[in-house]
Amino acid sequence: MNGIYLDNSSTTKPCKEAIDAVNFALNECWGNPSSLHEFGFNAEQLVKSARQSVAEKIGASIDEIYFNSCGTEGDNTAIIGAALALKKRGNRIVTTSVEHPAVLETVKRLAEDGFDVVYIKPDKDGHISEKSVRDAVNEKTVLISMMLVNNETGAIFPVSSLKKIAKEKGSPALIHTDAVQAFGKLPINVKKLGVDMLTLSGHKIHAPKGIGALYISKDVHIKPFITGGGQEKGMRSGTESVPLIAGLGAAVNALPDINAQLKKAQELNDYTRKVLAENGFDSFNSPADALPYVLNVSVIGYRSETLLHFLENEGVYVSSGSACAKGKGSYVLNEMGLERARIDSALRISFSRFSEKSDADKLCEALLSATKKLRKANR
Amino acid sequence: MKKIILLKEGELTLKGLNRSVFEDKMINTVKRKLKPLGDIKIWKAQSTVYIEPESEDFDMDEALSRLKYVFGIAAYSMAFCVPKNMEEILREAPVCLKETMENIRTFKVEAKRADKNFPFKSPEISAELGGVLLENFPHLKVDVHNPDEVITVEIRDNAAYIRGGQIKGAGGLPTGTAGKATVLISGGIDSPVAAYLMAKRGLNLNAVHFASPPYTSIRAEQKVKDLLSCVAKYSGTIKLAVVPFTEIQEEIGKCCPEDYFTLIMRRIMMRIACKVSEAEGCGALITGESLGQVASQTLQAIGVTDSVCSLPVLRPLIGNDKEDIVKISKQIGAFDISILPYEDCCTVFTPKHPHTRPKPGQCEKAEEKLDIEPLIQRAIGGISYYYING
Repeated sequence: MNGIYLDNSSTTKPCKEAIDAVNFALNECWGNPSSLHEFGFNAEQLVKSARQSVAEKIGASIDEIYFNSCGTEGDNTAIIGAALALKKRGNRIVTTSVEHPAVLETVKRLAEDGFDVVYIKPDKDGHISEKSVRDAVNEKTVLISMMLVNNETGAIFPVSSLKKIAKEKGSPALIHTDAVQAFGKLPINVKKLGVDMLTLSGHKIHAPKGIGALYISKDVHIKPFITGGGQEKGMRSGTESVPLIAGLGAAVNALPDINAQLKKAQELNDYTRKVLAENGFDSFNSPADALPYVLNVSVIGYRSETLLHFLENEGVYVSSGSACAKGKGSYVLNEMGLERARIDSALRISFSRFSEKSDADKLCEALLSATKKLRKANR
Repeated sequence: MKKIILLKEGELTLKGLNRSVFEDKMINTVKRKLKPLGDIKIWKAQSTVYIEPESEDFDMDEALSRLKYVFGIAAYSMAFCVPKNMEEILREAPVCLKETMENIRTFKVEAKRADKNFPFKSPEISAELGGVLLENFPHLKVDVHNPDEVITVEIRDNAAYIRGGQIKGAGGLPTGTAGKATVLISGGIDSPVAAYLMAKRGLNLNAVHFASPPYTSIRAEQKVKDLLSCVAKYSGTIKLAVVPFTEIQEEIGKCCPEDYFTLIMRRIMMRIACKVSEAEGCGALITGESLGQVASQTLQAIGVTDSVCSLPVLRPLIGNDKEDIVKISKQIGAFDISILPYEDCCTVFTPKHPHTRPKPGQCEKAEEKLDIEPLIQRAIGGISYYYING
């Protein structure tokens, strides 16, 4: 598979370090970590080492990290766990209307069971304002779940203000953030962020698919989502996926300095915006201060999915709406109140740390070629 | 806003002419722990040590968290450094202290003037600052008896330092000022606590652990390393010697009367620990024994154990109840590890009716059939060494 892959917010190419770690675990370290003998011990040590890497990356301690299968599972566990834990103290859940479906569908279930769910809308730029959070939170709020970075626009949400706002409003709310798009790209410190729970996923940072982790602060006690043999201190039963965990640990260790890398990403984003704008593609839907790895742009007059396939023909791979939506118009852009024409023609470009300026050049060339062909064929 | 850290020295201030030796050892530990966060300037004045970061992005929270593990510090706090005039102090204080003041309900202000030329007297400074804080944070009340937080303003020669409450330090005497000792570490609750308490008095630590594979597992050994790691956070690196003990335990089982098993085992352990310690330059042994806790910890039992030691044995828990020991174990993060259920050698060959009031002569008789010297030599020859960090 060759070409210019610019769909890293959907998934990323596993890095060599992760693949080697997975192979090592499959070939040399395939014991069950719960076994008392040496086979088990060695597998357990491999898991422990990966856990330490993840903990350090977010400023947590090693006993606050629980491995699971993916970001979706983390969101389900955190949200349902928190709501049920505090349901005696209130019944309001505050979230945004632009969360990942893993959050939206889960709070929807809770709404059906009697919880009062308030969805904060973003403004036209894609930002969530602190004021809108203040207006939504009351003393009956038991959970606030807000993603750190939106997967469609890259907008960064004010997660670090949530704890303060909850306190102001006399709310006992637990704070959860879906940091799947932010982990490994923005510097994260759970104490500074003031979050009680944080979701992250491996396949967005060049680890294999099928692995995620949930941070739960040691001061927080929620019931597990999946029960059974008691693995992960009872928080997530099921034999640990040692190869995938090892892959995640290796991918985390392979991350370069986050701040330095963020700077490079910003330069690449600035360059891409410039090149695209110079060629007439200047309807950007991502705010200027969004995570630079994500750039959402509308090519007015051309349908997203058609463009996507034409670009694919030129060897450039991007996303339209989000991958989960499989071709429907983006609900995120809809919530931002953008016009129909913009929503129908939106493309999401997402870089990785391996993307280069030449990728942006090729993207632009491909867009020019695609739009030319489509105009000829009368769209 | 310039932020600095103030360390209040503990017991080491009583050290008279040797004080600066103790201070310097503590400052070395502080430098080692804070250097990775950025360059810092350190200076001392009276019984306070000042730490000033040289760069803006120095991670204060992380520094304050690391200082919790430095012995020699009684208390410490972060202070804001403002120019030495009332106008600036009154203007900056509500800004710096915003987060602190928002989270409390009552406070009082204490002012100290090291610079007697400052135009305002301490009571005046307190009153003025108190007034400004009440204005800015209307939910607050002043309580001079039992406030949630004491706000301190110190007028020194070069600046005024404003700070909220102090964080309790690790106490004790600086690591490295008392010499080196070896702790006999099992996987239980007591020995890690004993190690921590002696490290707190300024000792560098080595450790000795007796392993009896296959009766005991590699997990038991890992548990010991994890326990030492909790202590090493405070004491610095610990050199651990794991001694192969299987042959000795089997020989004791074959040659000695059953009710003397544990006593003889402990006597041999002490002999080995003394030999290893002397070779490493240690001046004492440390154990987690507490009087009466188990059968081998009666007065007489301790007597016969001591009689084979060539080094003094420090037993910091001798007078402690289990409850006190568990409290400290939880405080240093060791308790959850100690209660993991892996067999260590102390529990494997337990006699049904251990002898609780042995006399020295009786022990020697019980040991008769054992050829102790070669057994000890072979055990020492098979030692594996590990360096355990915090």
